[in-house]
Amino acid sequence: MSSIVSIKGLTKRYASGFEALKGVDLDIEEGEVLALLGPNGAGKTTLISTICGITTATGGSITVGGHDHREAYRKARGLIGLVPQEINLEPFEQVQNTVRFSRGLFGKPRNDAYIAELLETLSLGDKATSQIRELSGGMKRRVLIAKALAHEPRVLFLDEPTAGVDVELRNGMWETVDKLRQQGVTIILTTHYIEEAEAIADRVAVISKGQILLVEEKDSLMARMGQKQLTVELTAPIEAIPDALARPGLELSADKASLIYTYDSTAERKGITALLTDLPAAGLQLRDLQTSQSSLEEIFVSLVHQGDAA
Amino acid sequence: MNFEAIRAIYTFEMARFFRTLAQSFISPVLSTSLYFVVFGTAIGSRIDSVEGVSYGAFIVPGLVMLSVMTQAISNASFGIYFPKFIGTIYELLSAPVNFIEIVIGYVGAAATKSLFIGLVILATSFLFVDITIAHPFAMLAFLVLTCLSFALMGFIIGIWAGNFEQLQLIPLLIVTPLVFLGGSFYSITMLPPIWQQISYFNPVVYLISGFRWSFFGQADVPIAVSLLAIGGFTTLCLAIIWWIFKTGWRIRD
Ligand SMILES: Nc1ncnc2c1ncn2[C@@H]1O[C@H](COP(=O)(O)OP(=O)(O)OP(=O)(O)O)[C@@H](O)[C@H]1O
Ligand SMILES: [Mg+2]
Repeated sequence: MSSIVSIKGLTKRYASGFEALKGVDLDIEEGEVLALLGPNGAGKTTLISTICGITTATGGSITVGGHDHREAYRKARGLIGLVPQEINLEPFEQVQNTVRFSRGLFGKPRNDAYIAELLETLSLGDKATSQIRELSGGMKRRVLIAKALAHEPRVLFLDEPTAGVDVELRNGMWETVDKLRQQGVTIILTTHYIEEAEAIADRVAVISKGQILLVEEKDSLMARMGQKQLTVELTAPIEAIPDALARPGLELSADKASLIYTYDSTAERKGITALLTDLPAAGLQLRDLQTSQSSLEEIFVSLVHQGDAA
Repeated sequence: MNFEAIRAIYTFEMARFFRTLAQSFISPVLSTSLYFVVFGTAIGSRIDSVEGVSYGAFIVPGLVMLSVMTQAISNASFGIYFPKFIGTIYELLSAPVNFIEIVIGYVGAAATKSLFIGLVILATSFLFVDITIAHPFAMLAFLVLTCLSFALMGFIIGIWAGNFEQLQLIPLLIVTPLVFLGGSFYSITMLPPIWQQISYFNPVVYLISGFRWSFFGQADVPIAVSLLAIGGFTTLCLAIIWWIFKTGWRIRD
């Protein structure tokens, strides 16, 4: 896979002096779905706006499809479709007119058949001639998606596509994303919700305070999330783990009063029974047992906190 | 050049105009008719003639200019302010378009609208007074240039404005006085010398004078000077717009 969007050392300082992006490096692979995960004010919208040309970068470089976003802005921007976070639409415009306008703006010749088909796939077929103000909030969001797709972009940015959207519509949104992915469109979506990233992303990038804290395959993140810990409290502290007991994943706690065993909860053989059977043999007695699971949420929170400390 | 983009912006803006066609024409036509009733008929009957032209006919070019200038400014300023206000400007900023294309689209549409209105007002005036236009092509050229340059100025105002009050402010505080004092209803040769001198600092004087020349063949200032003035004004507006887009002033964070 080759990267279709490549961001290097990107910084953004707003006129207010606030530094919203502090040296972002990120490569987005062609055809992938990347979830950009981060708390409020992390810089997600700023990052997307800078890639799309809505805000100007203070430093660093961006290329889209190999085209520099400044020098070759026409080619770079032509590849991108953007669904903004806020619903910005002219209330008195007709749905199909505003979609047609978007297509024209990106230099594509008028193609009403394509637009009709696009509205149909977004379940807006019967709203083509309605005015925007007659639509529900969820429909408006889909109009924004239609506008972003009107010029057949290869990269689609979705800035919080499911904020304020009901479950049914959210599932519909995910289906749409899936369909687009199958057509080879690269998708970057921002979200606060880990489940959302889990449900549709190939990779997850975590951003906080203007810095990317992690970019990882979702599956390997999930594997980390799948890890559970068993804490075995002992009746008396020990100096070291007896050799008879030593095994991968087993550690002594800091206060030396417990054993901590980390295991994969999805594995066939977890090794818990073996560990517990071996305890008396090693001359240890257990006082209590506890298990805990690290969720992606926890990983996320701890990452964001590490970012804070740094 | 992204011609599709220019066409998209232009047709989108014109569609807005045609949606509100009746409103767009009623108010300028009504106010012009009122001017004719008040100045042309009531007051004008007491004024013999100005520079050999009946007062009713004399004010026609000024009235057309008055409407065209205010319409061009308000159409163009609203046209670009509105997307800024409701947020749809994101699309313009993220599209593969440059400032020339954006300006041609928005300013072109605003100029076209005001040209229509100017022509309708001219047609209305034929109902009230007898006039023959000495230089019809020059008249049209002047009209088009005025529409364009004032639409450019309106575009700048629309980008500068941070709220609806500011959108009205410049037209109200600067443009209307300049237009009224620019000889719409009188020849500046009728003024005392000191006011004549001051009037020459008013750019609108040159436009109205030149426009009136195209009707009656006589002008307060030489026609070449009028052309230079309007050319200079257009260039100045273009330079400001170029700077705005280069720096992203008031449009890009
Ligand atoms: N125009 C601006 N001027 C100054 N500061 C800004 C501007 N826009 C955003 N910021 C600041 O930049 C930071 C990042 O904002 P941004 O909108 O990118 O966050 P976000 O990750 O999209 O948040 P959310 O999840 O709430 O949408 C915030 O602290 C915000 O206050
Ligand atoms: Mg945001």
